[in-house]
Amino acid sequence: MITRFLIQGMDKRGLVFLCLIAAIAVLVPLANLLLPPGSLFHVPTSTMSLWGKYLCYALLAISLDLVWGYCGILSLGHGAFFALGGYAMGMYLMRQIGSRGTYGNPILPDFMVFLNWSELPWYWYGFSSFPFAMLMVLAVPGLLAFVFGWFAFRSRVTGVYLSIITQALTYALLLAFFRNDMGFGGNNGLTDFKDILGFNVQAQTTRAALFAMTCIMLIAGFLIARGIVVSKLGKVVIAIRDAESRTRFLGYRVDRFKLFVFTVSACMAGVAGALYVPQVGIINPSEFAPANSIETVIWVAVGGRGTLVGAALGAVVVNYAKTVFTSGFMAPYWLFALGALFVLVTLFMPKGILGTAQDWWSKRRKPEPVATAEPAPAE
Amino acid sequence: MTRLLRMIALILAVALSAGAARAQSADEAFTRLGADSFSDTNRAIELLIAGAHPQAAVIIEALAEGRLLAGGGAVVVKTKDGKLLDARTGAALASEPPGLNPVRLNNGVRRNIQAALGGLGLLNPDTAKRIAAAEAVFKSRDVSLLPVIETAISRETDTRAKAALRQAQAAILIAKTDAPPFDRLAAVDVLRERGDQDALATLRSLPGDASPALKDAQARAVADIEGKLALWRTVQNLWYGLSLGSVLLLAAIGLAITFGVMGVINMAHGEMVMLGAYTTFIVQEVIRARFPGLFDYSLAIALPLAFLVAGLVGIAIERGVIRFLYGRPLETLLATWGISLILQQAVRTAFGPTNREVGAPNFMSGAFELGGLAITWNRLWIIVFAALVFAALLAILKLTPIGLQMRAVTQNRRMASAMGIRTGRVDALTFGLGSGVAGLAGVALSQIDNVSPNLGQSYIIDSFMVVVFGGVGNLWGTLVGALTLGIANKLLEPYAGAVLGKIALLVFIILFIQKRPRGLFALKGRAVEA
Repeated sequence: MITRFLIQGMDKRGLVFLCLIAAIAVLVPLANLLLPPGSLFHVPTSTMSLWGKYLCYALLAISLDLVWGYCGILSLGHGAFFALGGYAMGMYLMRQIGSRGTYGNPILPDFMVFLNWSELPWYWYGFSSFPFAMLMVLAVPGLLAFVFGWFAFRSRVTGVYLSIITQALTYALLLAFFRNDMGFGGNNGLTDFKDILGFNVQAQTTRAALFAMTCIMLIAGFLIARGIVVSKLGKVVIAIRDAESRTRFLGYRVDRFKLFVFTVSACMAGVAGALYVPQVGIINPSEFAPANSIETVIWVAVGGRGTLVGAALGAVVVNYAKTVFTSGFMAPYWLFALGALFVLVTLFMPKGILGTAQDWWSKRRKPEPVATAEPAPAE
Repeated sequence: MTRLLRMIALILAVALSAGAARAQSADEAFTRLGADSFSDTNRAIELLIAGAHPQAAVIIEALAEGRLLAGGGAVVVKTKDGKLLDARTGAALASEPPGLNPVRLNNGVRRNIQAALGGLGLLNPDTAKRIAAAEAVFKSRDVSLLPVIETAISRETDTRAKAALRQAQAAILIAKTDAPPFDRLAAVDVLRERGDQDALATLRSLPGDASPALKDAQARAVADIEGKLALWRTVQNLWYGLSLGSVLLLAAIGLAITFGVMGVINMAHGEMVMLGAYTTFIVQEVIRARFPGLFDYSLAIALPLAFLVAGLVGIAIERGVIRFLYGRPLETLLATWGISLILQQAVRTAFGPTNREVGAPNFMSGAFELGGLAITWNRLWIIVFAALVFAALLAILKLTPIGLQMRAVTQNRRMASAMGIRTGRVDALTFGLGSGVAGLAGVALSQIDNVSPNLGQSYIIDSFMVVVFGGVGNLWGTLVGALTLGIANKLLEPYAGAVLGKIALLVFIILFIQKRPRGLFALKGRAVEA
């Protein structure tokens, strides 16, 4: 029934997206592993890892679009959930190093030995087990979002105030994780990973598997987000976005709907972070930087908020542009380009690439303008 | 030791009956210095002091530093910059006498030199030098100088010097087990009067064989001083907090105005601060290159320029971008963030990514002491400046027509518009004013922080916290917010450390917002649901 519901509820755009990601999930790892390096269609491992990173960002963007595009909550702290998921994965990977670290301590990670710690802090217990670590990838960001949202939504903190305190949240976490005595590697973060589930993280096959896994999680994340927004609950969430007070007066418990969406979104961001860490090979406190979270918002804005597919598209497009820009002679101008992107998209393309394209498409098909049934998203 | 005592006796003799057979003793002293044997040198020092030779201090100092040369019947002082002076008269020598060698030292001679210098200092005619010498004795607690100090006290007329000498005497007496018990008790009192860290250390050095009464007095004095020091520490932290609060106030007040009037979060506000700081830098560069005499006025020149530069950039941003985004505060937030990235990178391209040197004019450098409080002039001036800016803004908002219009738009934009206020113009002017104030803040911050392209970034989150905490639409809210956060931050720091204190404060604000979602001084009325 659920499958039928999903297929039925799927529009053409979503189907194209799903098919595309599914195709990438199969073809890219195959092209990497089976084709010889000289072949025209061979995908180098580095390229695959890079695109794996983009797809993690795409999942993060979808999670943000779910709260911003559909619920009107502009979170400037989604990078915090992403980073927390990443740290949970990083802790598992640290424990897998075992005695192969520089100091050869079978239990303590290198940085703890370096700081003269004698035993593992309690919050590191259990991270040697993969299922537990995966649970934490979901639970830690989810719990933080739940507690934070519980307080914020109940007391009706909205609009820019909410944005500012989400930024404060990620900033506080940034400061906290920079501290050495927090037990998360301080400034350097967690790195030097060796194994994941017994496979070498650096190996080509592992990389291919991680890439495929990222695609699968992206599909799953998309389906969950899509499932939420097309459901009856999703209708209420959209109503909250457009007229929060009116929805409340109609008798809906606005805070609970918001809390649900916010928590799901945080879990999704955590998964994105968890997939990001083994592919990039490091997690450090800079992931908590408020600037990162704001950049995530611009991905969504570029692609088109409130479209899910657009968010993923925006993440890939912007990050691809970033890679191209920052690796060439234009590197000093990247920030100009990014800044201009923020300004131009908000001024001239408030609906993003996808929304603008859609408007253009529907205008071509139906020349006479019809009054749009969809109200402009409120803030 | 006997030699030392004898020497001290000699110093005393000098002090009490100045002017014995000076000339001949001086001759003898110079002959003995020329002989260059340790015992002769020691005797020569005694003679120089006994004779109160006018050059005694110079000669003995030179001797201590190996700059006293003797040979062929001449004794010569070589100054630090290499000139040769006749030791006897202090006159410069035209040519170098032949066969000069440094007068040698051993530990015995060095001890004598130290004692002689200490004694000379205590009896120096210059009050400041006497006080400095007394301080030195206070730290060294040299028992052998006790008689000199007592003489000096009896002759002293200056109250401050007398107090310093008494403290030095007390410091010696505390450690001197064979001193009369009553004197030692009095010494404890003197140290308690002094009441600083050094007095505390001296009191704690009381030998274990002290009498119960003395020990009791010492314990009470220690507790007394510790209490007083803790109080001063708190006052000092309050002062730091006030200073931080004034900086936050400067950085946040412009933001509060734009946020209050327009409901717009200006993420590029920090960059306006940065522009102000760079304006100061450019002004100083021009002054250094062209008009070095005006350097002390550089900040006064930079203030209006910074206000203009930042204000004009602000108006340009408002007219060029923000105007088109009204009613969409979240989009405005993103667009202004983009602008902040562009401005940062533009400054980085123009001035380089490294810190730029902004100098302090004379009246801003240095520090002074107030009780147990060390106050630097630049911090003090910044507090004064923040207060002035605050008062000026308050006056603008309350007393001028544009201020009236701003307040009207803050409270109810549509009604204000219906009453004929050109809200667009008010918005532009408000944004210009807010940005200009940020520019002023930049001038002040250039005095205490690194002027780099990231300057604004480091203040923007704190400024947000101030505005969110204080509430919008009311400048007093910003004032209270800034001072509260500044002082709380500095009071937390000694207990929690700088980083943890800051985290605690952020968490506190996040929780506080739950209780009062619109800040401490919330605007009431219909505008709230806008």
